Amino acid sequence: MAKDDTHAYRLIGTRPNRPDGLDKVTGRARYGADMALPGMLHAAVLRSPHAHARITRIDTSRAEALAGVKAVITRADLATGQSGEDWNLTENTLAGEVALYDGHAVAAVAATSKFIAQDALALIDVEYEVLPHLIDVDDAIRPDAIALRPGSADASVPDGSPANVVKQIEFGHGDLDAGFAAADLVREGRYLTEATHQGYIEPHACVAQLGADGKGEMWVCTQGQWYIRKMCAAVLGLEAAQLRVTPSEIGGGFGGKTTIFAEPLALALSRKAGGRPVKLVMSRSEVLRATGPTASASMDVKIGMKRDGTITAALCDFRMQGGAFPGAPVDMALFCALAPYKLDAVKCIGQDVLANRPKAAAYRAPGAPMGAFAVESLIDEMAQELGLDPLEVRLKNAVREGDKSSYGPTFGSIGLVEVLEAVKAHPNLSAPLGPNQGRGIASGYWFNHGGETSVTVAVSEDGGATVSVGTPDIGGSRASIALMVAETFGIGYDDVRVNVVETGALGVNEPTHGSRATFASGKAAVISAKAAISEMCRRAAADWGIEPEAVEWIDGAAVPAGPNAGQFPPLTMAEIAAKMGETGGPISGHPEVTAEGVGASFGAHVVDVEVDSETGKVTILRYLVVQDAGTAIHPAYVEGQYQGGAVQGIGWALNEEYVYGRDGRLQNTVFLDYRIPVASDLPMIDTVIVEVPNPGHPYGVRGVGETGITPPLPAIANAVAAATGVRLRHLPMSPPKVLAALKARG
Amino acid sequence: MSKVHVSATVNGDPVEFLADPRESLLDCLRDHLGLTGTKEGCGTGDCGACSVLVDGTLLCACLVLGVEAEGKTIGTIEGLAQGHELHPLQRAFIDHAALQCGFCTPGILVASKALLDQNPDPTEEQVRFWLAGNLCRCTGYDKIVRAVMDAAAEIRGA
Repeated sequence: MAKDDTHAYRLIGTRPNRPDGLDKVTGRARYGADMALPGMLHAAVLRSPHAHARITRIDTSRAEALAGVKAVITRADLATGQSGEDWNLTENTLAGEVALYDGHAVAAVAATSKFIAQDALALIDVEYEVLPHLIDVDDAIRPDAIALRPGSADASVPDGSPANVVKQIEFGHGDLDAGFAAADLVREGRYLTEATHQGYIEPHACVAQLGADGKGEMWVCTQGQWYIRKMCAAVLGLEAAQLRVTPSEIGGGFGGKTTIFAEPLALALSRKAGGRPVKLVMSRSEVLRATGPTASASMDVKIGMKRDGTITAALCDFRMQGGAFPGAPVDMALFCALAPYKLDAVKCIGQDVLANRPKAAAYRAPGAPMGAFAVESLIDEMAQELGLDPLEVRLKNAVREGDKSSYGPTFGSIGLVEVLEAVKAHPNLSAPLGPNQGRGIASGYWFNHGGETSVTVAVSEDGGATVSVGTPDIGGSRASIALMVAETFGIGYDDVRVNVVETGALGVNEPTHGSRATFASGKAAVISAKAAISEMCRRAAADWGIEPEAVEWIDGAAVPAGPNAGQFPPLTMAEIAAKMGETGGPISGHPEVTAEGVGASFGAHVVDVEVDSETGKVTILRYLVVQDAGTAIHPAYVEGQYQGGAVQGIGWALNEEYVYGRDGRLQNTVFLDYRIPVASDLPMIDTVIVEVPNPGHPYGVRGVGETGITPPLPAIANAVAAATGVRLRHLPMSPPKVLAALKARG
Repeated sequence: MSKVHVSATVNGDPVEFLADPRESLLDCLRDHLGLTGTKEGCGTGDCGACSVLVDGTLLCACLVLGVEAEGKTIGTIEGLAQGHELHPLQRAFIDHAALQCGFCTPGILVASKALLDQNPDPTEEQVRFWLAGNLCRCTGYDKIVRAVMDAAAEIRGA
């Protein structure tokens, strides 16, 4: 593991126990569904059984008459007159005139018990006029396809486009024709991926209370308490400042908990039930049917390559459906797909397409795994055809600092070459392979987001520090932020406590998304700690009767800066803190920033598989993740991100998919049928942390959370091709598909 | 539907509660006894987040009715540590960073304890197959398997 020896950090790079570890191994940590309040009601949601249907009548009177029912809501209980994404959120929260997908909420009930609420759903009379539906992205853009939501397209869509295209993106640079003409080999292919779900184990859950005065509170599992406060306020016609949102511990999110699904229903039910608190907990099948899966994709790629492996031109034309609303991540897919390659001629075209499926939410590096699957598969194929080592082809074309990226901006400090060199040096590359076994490699890329960030670092009376952050801790960010703050102050890791706080305690924060928590909250916390250090130096200077500039901070204490400043014994943080009440009051740092200086992260994965020629089952034999972390603040949790991302990618590549019947209804709505990887499917996941520090962060942090899900899809497809000679261009590579491909090969 | 009086032993303590005959043991533990450490991830016995021991047998509490707990001895995550003394599995999970979001952790700890109680020296493959009924979406299982193997070695005194 490469460690940057130029920095002699005291704590950063060590692996202390996470501060919330004890709560989480004893069952004490409180998640969304673990809250109960006096007088609390229980909610249940009625959902459309049809993929697409006009709601001709809803009669809630029989449900309202059931003893114990305190509120029944329909679309009439939500705000009206919104536009843009607020309108889409409202439409998704409760269907208006038309139910747009199987599982779309139609009405909701709050009652004195879960059973009464469930029973009341059966008493809501809904009449539907079933309409034709569209599920597949390529079907949805056929000329004869019905228009699902006329008028949804934005200005980016050219006149005459298919009816369900709602957004179009196009970018590129260089002379594409000349690039292809200069190639020795030009190949193209169509690649398909199916929708998958984030698959967090904790279903969405909240306890909400809202009075007739428009003031409310909510306890909720979310990645972003401010984001959902704003969204709930918009859907319910409230003032955001009147809502106080407290994040619970969060049982996984992966992007799927950055938005709202049922939370406004709980608030609206509470308001209608006289302000009594309402608990709403989704079932697993509600999670799968009605919360954000990712998009499905149909992608065409064309690449030109010289005999020596130099890529001369690349063209991507992607279509993605993200459900019945705009928002498929086709733009991000295209930004990332060719990012590892230095290209003189590139063009990318993307279409965001509507279909009768749930509204897509972000899923770890949204879009990037699909784009990587298409591009990295084709590059592998072409390398094989030219008799070149696929790793060498990637090195030959690898982007470096100062190169123009495929999506426009010029790269700053990046670590792709270092990653590929570390792959080359790894022993997994020389492990022997047997019959029906093959090795695949692929690169991947994801950004790092800054965003609105507000943090407070308060010096405590005994010389420790309390850090308030607005980014929920999903994978160890309390630990990484505590390490950085303790490093900066020069105090112990255990002297710092990091709290994830509610919306009333800080300025607006973006969620834990975009691989930003350790980067942005961490950077703001370091700036805060430095502000507190400046103040402590000022207090010491006042005590000593010297200029503040003559004081510096070393190892947790103020000391005179050189012999000219005078001879004074160091004043420790604890000593300064003990007197702060009499020397000027509390000491804290509190920046409000839109964090800049983000550091994107490249990775490369190498996987060995064995393909069972009788069943088509693909077994992962060996798996290696190599990725640039910038600086690994807490290496164990960086490894955890790499391993978790890789395994989600393995699931996407081999098993996971949304399966729809001809009736447009989702057929696999429980974990038994929507099968995510289990322990016995997998080997250990080997990791190498490459560290090319990000100059935009005080300790060199890059975003590490998302890149890891990007390379597995193509890496595994490339390994299956190497093992069998068969190229699968449609995920997942489930046993029936692999077996069919093997039979077709003969 | 009228409720049924249930007496059981949970984590060594006698308990009584009134169960709706439709209620799962999981709901009774969480809603009537305040033992929210046991989690619901699916309600269909597929994810293992609600793993508990009933008379020593590892079960998904979502697949057991509350009324079936009558006279039974039940072990949950809240009973794993003895006061401040963590079980070696709990310590190993913290030491190995074997949890990220932590939601599956209680179920995996309870299931792992059941494994080590009957097989103190499991192979990696045995750990992986035993835990195949416990879904974790964050870790990729690597650090979980290592933590269980390490805790087993510690308990054996190896």
